[in-house]
Amino acid sequence: MTRTLPVLTVTLVLFVLWYAGAIVLNGPQVTSMLERSGSAWTTADFIRECWNMGRAVLPTPHQIVIDLFHSLFDYSPTNPRNILFHAYVTASSTLVGFIVGLVVGAVLAVGIVHMRTLESSLMPWVIMSQTVPILAIAPMLIVILGNMGFTGVVPKAMISAYLSFFPITIGLVKGLRSIDPLQLDLMRTYSATQSQVFWKLRLPASLPFLFTSLKVAVAISLVGAIVAELPTGAVAGLGARLLTGSYYGQMVQIWSTLVVAAVLSLALVWAVGAVQRATVAQSKAPS
Amino acid sequence: MESPSNAHGQISSIVDIQNLSLTFQAADKPVVALDNISLQIKAGDFVSLIGPSGCGKTTLLRAIADLERPTGGSLKINGKTPEEARLSRAYGYVFQAPALYPWRTVERNVMLPLEIIGLDKAERARRTAEQLDLVGLKGFEKKFPWQLSGGMQQRVSIARALSFAPELLLMDEPFGALDEITRDHLNLQLAELWRRTGKTCVFVTHSISEAVFLSTRIVVMSPRPGRILDIIDCDLPRERGLEIRETAQFAEIAARVRHGLKEGHSYDD
Repeated sequence: MTRTLPVLTVTLVLFVLWYAGAIVLNGPQVTSMLERSGSAWTTADFIRECWNMGRAVLPTPHQIVIDLFHSLFDYSPTNPRNILFHAYVTASSTLVGFIVGLVVGAVLAVGIVHMRTLESSLMPWVIMSQTVPILAIAPMLIVILGNMGFTGVVPKAMISAYLSFFPITIGLVKGLRSIDPLQLDLMRTYSATQSQVFWKLRLPASLPFLFTSLKVAVAISLVGAIVAELPTGAVAGLGARLLTGSYYGQMVQIWSTLVVAAVLSLALVWAVGAVQRATVAQSKAPS
Repeated sequence: MESPSNAHGQISSIVDIQNLSLTFQAADKPVVALDNISLQIKAGDFVSLIGPSGCGKTTLLRAIADLERPTGGSLKINGKTPEEARLSRAYGYVFQAPALYPWRTVERNVMLPLEIIGLDKAERARRTAEQLDLVGLKGFEKKFPWQLSGGMQQRVSIARALSFAPELLLMDEPFGALDEITRDHLNLQLAELWRRTGKTCVFVTHSISEAVFLSTRIVVMSPRPGRILDIIDCDLPRERGLEIRETAQFAEIAARVRHGLKEGHSYDD
């Protein structure tokens, strides 16, 4: 394991910087607090207070771990005080949005590859859709969908789908076009039909491209779900937890939510990778 | 089996090309790739098309395969147009590169055309085993293309072209990218395969000795525009070993091919 040491070194450096940063950022408040208490205090007291401050500007890693530990083990997973409850709420709209994005993205890609008019008419819209800030789109969509009677998972999933269809369309268009002209000639010599060319040649050839896109899409889908929870005053989900954390100045809560979001994102990307390994495993030389 | 005789009982050509021409519309000016080509290929023949780069030999092969559309003259395969012949799967085509699907095993690559034709599973398995045996790749069924050498990959490609039992085998410099030792080996195997199956073969090559070794007839072509300079009968015995290349008769035919190429200014700067 030659990679362990460098990774550990970087981690260690980050932790040192983090704890140092906590002293710098929390220092002024801690100083005034200690001044007010009136009793004598040492440098050791000062540092201990900086690293364990209740409403720290920058909470320390161990505070985040303790917060996560309490949240995970002091409450049942169905209790809103357990972070798993929020992770589940966000993950479900992420997955629904991801699947919708996959379907929409794939349909668009197949259309674009097979019909030239679709490419010139749709592609500019596809690209423009992503230049609009999602933070502007999200409240509008949620209000409109809410008016139509859709609340809960659906509006959030739509935001996820809005973000995730894009990498899928782009990746799949590239993948479906990635074939050697020789392979197309070969299919022609067999008098293969259009659908045979698609299922036996274009689609399998595009899978490596598709999976790369899917990894981007699933991560961005999670971002979409969290963003969608912010403007709605949602009561559940990682976004809601971030929001209440910032309302009440609970920086530890924000940080622990962030850690869970990162872990969730890693798990989703890993799951896509696992599906990839199971489906297109041996088709390439190990690199 | 299609009979090589026509309704009048005469021996007819499996490929009949009359005054064929083909012009590509390039951006600046049209390029004449084939000019007034006439050629008859009889059933069971092994015909090599030889000439320098740009002489249209690949274009001619692609026209036979309905991968290019001629702009003049007539081209019939068993009395049918190239398109009808393609739709009836009259030929198997071997490209310069093996063009195997990297995500399919050797076995499933050979099965590809059989799946497209719509044969049932048992028949597909039977034919695939038969073809892999014929090209000497028994035991490699479950390997992926990247696990094979270049020569073996090209043999898979030949097995794939033969799997649906076409009458005609079209090969476009199939061994062009291989080293000489592998090429010799595959030439021997191809000669043996041709003798055993009796397929009609059209073979594009750059190599004089390859053409003489494999063919019953050699078509010498010249570039710009692509024309036939000479058609040489190559009446070496059908059963050939590599040592035949040392004989005087072989040298004589090779000399005639070289002479033809020289006439076509193939060696000029």
